Amino acid sequence: MARNVSPGRKIGTTVLAWFVGLVIFFPILWTFLTSFKTELQAISIPPVFVGFDWTLENYQTIQTQSNYLHFMMNSIYLSLGSTALGLIVAVPAAWAMAFSPTKRTKDVLLWMLSTKMLPAVGVLIPVYLMFIRFGLLDSRLGLIVVLFLINLPIIVWMLYTYFKEIPGEILEAARMDGANLRKEITQVLAPMAVPGIASTVLLNVILSWNEAFWTLNLTTSNAAPLTAFIASFSSPQGNFYAKLSAASMLAIAPILIVGWFSQKQLVRGLTFGAVK
Amino acid sequence: MATLHTKNAARAMMAPAVIVLLIWMIVPLAMTLYFSTLNYTLYNPFSTPFVGFENYSYFLNDPTFLAALANTLVLVLGVLAITVGGGILIALLLDQDFYGVNIVRLLVIAPFFVMPTVAALVWKNMMMNPVYGVIGQFLQALGIAPIDWMTDVPLLSIVIIVAWQWLPFATLILLTALQSLSMDQKEAAEMDGAGALSIFWYITLPHMSRAITVVILIQTIFLLSIYAEILVTTQGGPGSQSTNITYLVAQQATSYGDIGAASAGGIVAVILANIVAIFLVRLIGKNLDA
Repeated sequence: MARNVSPGRKIGTTVLAWFVGLVIFFPILWTFLTSFKTELQAISIPPVFVGFDWTLENYQTIQTQSNYLHFMMNSIYLSLGSTALGLIVAVPAAWAMAFSPTKRTKDVLLWMLSTKMLPAVGVLIPVYLMFIRFGLLDSRLGLIVVLFLINLPIIVWMLYTYFKEIPGEILEAARMDGANLRKEITQVLAPMAVPGIASTVLLNVILSWNEAFWTLNLTTSNAAPLTAFIASFSSPQGNFYAKLSAASMLAIAPILIVGWFSQKQLVRGLTFGAVK
Repeated sequence: MATLHTKNAARAMMAPAVIVLLIWMIVPLAMTLYFSTLNYTLYNPFSTPFVGFENYSYFLNDPTFLAALANTLVLVLGVLAITVGGGILIALLLDQDFYGVNIVRLLVIAPFFVMPTVAALVWKNMMMNPVYGVIGQFLQALGIAPIDWMTDVPLLSIVIIVAWQWLPFATLILLTALQSLSMDQKEAAEMDGAGALSIFWYITLPHMSRAITVVILIQTIFLLSIYAEILVTTQGGPGSQSTNITYLVAQQATSYGDIGAASAGGIVAVILANIVAIFLVRLIGKNLDA
């Protein structure tokens, strides 16, 4: 990349790249703009781009009429709850696989990966019936467990690839200096593992926040997160573009920001370490 | 270094993850397999006689199944073609030196973080609506009659929406692979008089081939399970023109209450996904040794 390109070519590339970027980003940009229009301006022909009276009315209506905060809190509970549960179970497992690997470690890892490939519809029916039986339908607890289970393989894998990069010599050096297991973990390894764990948390929060098969099938209102909240706008009566836009922006803004900060880790997590 | 003590400790540390995943994989799957042999509906859940393979023959002979299978293939292959082809081109573009490269990268990656229900509804209403949608108005300004996307070309509409969501993923991964290509190799080829096209064909593309394979396999896993995008846009219609296997199975259970047929469909979906999964696991397993 350090090559010198002619200024003319650089400007040409700039124009083309910005054009492509804006075309791809356009639906989000348009949603953002529409969310500040009145319903009438939102469907005006021809469409208005920025020359309208900006209003926050839609955002207020979304909260007062459809209790946006309730769904938002559910999304937060579900994504943080399933991530916390995932870390508790995955950190020790990934740790053991990275630092005390056996002949079977690779098989275990690949087997875990294969569970991720089980299509959700293959297990939807029993899970649905069990949820009814145990009164878990439309409960946060039930969904937290399901989201935890579907993302567990990704968490283990991601942590494993990060832990694997912590040099084993450091561990041996600490042992030579007489560090016990507790010290080994708290003073030597933990500080080195924190960045990897943080990236894993970010990716898992993104995946749980946007998960839309289980959350749509296992909730009605009580435990329904933002995915289900937005889906309720699909009815014909819900064709209020400005309000739909405001609700959409509220639903995607937090994760868009988190996502922008974690794009590098995303590649690694989603390819199970196959592309770094 | 691995004493018996640490080995046992390691086993204990792995146990919870292995056990919960084992239960999660085996119990529901065994139940699905069992239900698939019963005449089991939610309307009469107390009488569930054993019917053998009847659900399978019902599900597989249902004309909707063949339509759904075809739609699933079109959906997966269509989205793959757009995202891999587009992803390579955009990755090559973003690998260049230009002004605002970091901002453009953020713009391109953004759709991946948009939840499926939002992506689908924004496209359905604000982009593709024949009267108020941006695309329709744009076409009209050019003098082309707008079409009703969701009714006229429902499957294509869903392909476009899903491709928009996955294009950033493909781009990001291919760009990551592209950036690990050493400059020396390219420069050496240039000095030998190779043109841009042959550099791409003989050096860049082979270098990206692994990443391309990974993109194809991982996306296929997710694309086989497309659900929310269909639910909030066409609901599988008109007729079954945009029903895929996942949507069909979920519909059998939640709308028709036919647990037996839905379970048989679920098993069919598992078998289809496994065919892809075998390749993916092998590929990643190979990488694990390296």
